[in-house]
Amino acid sequence: MPEAVHEQPAWVLLAYLAAGVCFILALRGLSHPETSQRGNRLGMIGMAIAVVTTLVTHLPSTASLPRDMLFGNDGVDWITLAQILGAVALGAAIGLATARRIAMTAMPQLVAAFHSLVGLAAVLVGAAAFLNPEAFGIAARITPIASPSFLSIDPVSRIELGLGVAIGAITFSGSVIAFLKLNGNMGGAPILLPGRHLINLGTLAAILGLIAYFTVDQSPWVFWTVTALSFAIGFLLIIPIGGADMPVVVSMLNSYSGWAAAAMGFTLHNSAMIITGALVGSSGAILSYIMCRAMNRSFLSVIAGGFGAVASSGGGEVIDRPYKRGSAEDAAFLMKQADQVVIIPGYGMAVAQAQHALREMADQLKAEGVRVKYAIHPVAGRMPGHMNVLLAEANVPYDEVFELEDINSEFAQTDVAFVIGANDVTNPAAKTDKTSPIYGMPVLDVEKARTVLFIKRSMGGAGYAGVDNELFYRDNTMMLLADAKKMVEEVVKALG
Amino acid sequence: MDLISIVSIFVLACFVGYFVVWSVTPALHTPLMAVTNAISSVIIVGALIAAAAAGSALAKWLGLLAVVLASINIFGGFAVTSRMLGMYKKKERKDA
Repeated sequence: MPEAVHEQPAWVLLAYLAAGVCFILALRGLSHPETSQRGNRLGMIGMAIAVVTTLVTHLPSTASLPRDMLFGNDGVDWITLAQILGAVALGAAIGLATARRIAMTAMPQLVAAFHSLVGLAAVLVGAAAFLNPEAFGIAARITPIASPSFLSIDPVSRIELGLGVAIGAITFSGSVIAFLKLNGNMGGAPILLPGRHLINLGTLAAILGLIAYFTVDQSPWVFWTVTALSFAIGFLLIIPIGGADMPVVVSMLNSYSGWAAAAMGFTLHNSAMIITGALVGSSGAILSYIMCRAMNRSFLSVIAGGFGAVASSGGGEVIDRPYKRGSAEDAAFLMKQADQVVIIPGYGMAVAQAQHALREMADQLKAEGVRVKYAIHPVAGRMPGHMNVLLAEANVPYDEVFELEDINSEFAQTDVAFVIGANDVTNPAAKTDKTSPIYGMPVLDVEKARTVLFIKRSMGGAGYAGVDNELFYRDNTMMLLADAKKMVEEVVKALG
Repeated sequence: MDLISIVSIFVLACFVGYFVVWSVTPALHTPLMAVTNAISSVIIVGALIAAAAAGSALAKWLGLLAVVLASINIFGGFAVTSRMLGMYKKKERKDA
């Protein structure tokens, strides 16, 4: 019976468990920058344990039955082994070259691309398991009287397989769309199909229904239809979601890639895969939750998409209001006089690649005896922690970088708040204007600083939520209208 | 292992994941995504089994392709995480 096939030697089970524990410790290490590298190395060790254990227990053999392989009586299939090692080497070369070359500003795209690979790998493994169930130990050979014997996949395994392939396919096509949007190959604006909620729900119901039907009928068409529909819904789910909601999407796809691994782990009864899947799944889910909370939006409303497309037409009453415009020299003068300057970076800083110039500016200010701090809003940028990585890349010490709740009370004692590339996350309307689409979203209290310096390319064009920022017209705000990087470089010159 | 032990491991691992991930400092959320991405490529276990198994040529080639994809992720994911983590420095030794 199928259950018996899953039996593995104790050392194998323990090895996979050890790999799982390594992965838990890898995430644990990220609780502090000082222990993080050690954590990452533990993750590598865990992966090595899992891969070596699998290779040793599943050495390709010249025998045709997996049963013979277990006992190791037959010759090793060296050609297949070479192909496998070649495949690993090829992947390693591509992966390492990409990791070395990628610019830190392109991190969100890279992560999306990596997610798509996990999704596709899950689909391929699921398809392989469907085509060759004996190899995965999920088949029973049934030989009815008067008909040729056939392989029946264990019904529970069929559900696991169906779910694994479906989640993998959604992860793949969803991540491809996210990648194209983040990489700029596709406009960031949401694409809204008429009746999309109905189409999506219908497709989802069809997928689940077919997976249920798969338990009684293991015909290939059921399996491949589930796969095809899942690819389609991954695509449909992500195209209506706009650029500013990408942090949620990337986290959500992160979560999906974990659940796909977990479902495959169920199929293979492999504890390392199940532990990892659960870890990654909850990690992505928690990150999505943190991002949604930081935008004061429900997860469902983000997934439903279309944010930003509707809101922008609502702000029709925006006419020319008076604002104060400053120059780089004014900004340099104001900051030189300050006791404390808080810098608020946003996605615009990443686009302009201004982080290095910004750090130079901070260094000069520090030389003048000014205290410099950085304030990061959870959804600044295109993925969780995006700003922190960019600042770290520019050699900004991490103990000068603060999260929203740690620094918000300090703005009242701050002389200059320097906003660069951020917009909605500084909008006081989120606290006061009940009609604003971003009402209730936690924001940085920059307007409490004595002076706000706000870098913006031009007065036209609002933030991603499509709302005008009250902050621009305040008495204590000075607008610095220019490209972020150019403006910071000019300030650096003026300071020197 | 029977289904019940497998489900038990899964449920307990979800709880472990919940607590471990909340303890991750927000500053390291991008590396967290990179490293979770690398470890979710443990799916390579299934790919290796498919690639090594005899019986179906198509399944074997699908497995080999999955091995390539998962390896890109494993090596790329851990390498990029390590590169990012190497950039986080404290104030005292910023010249390092």
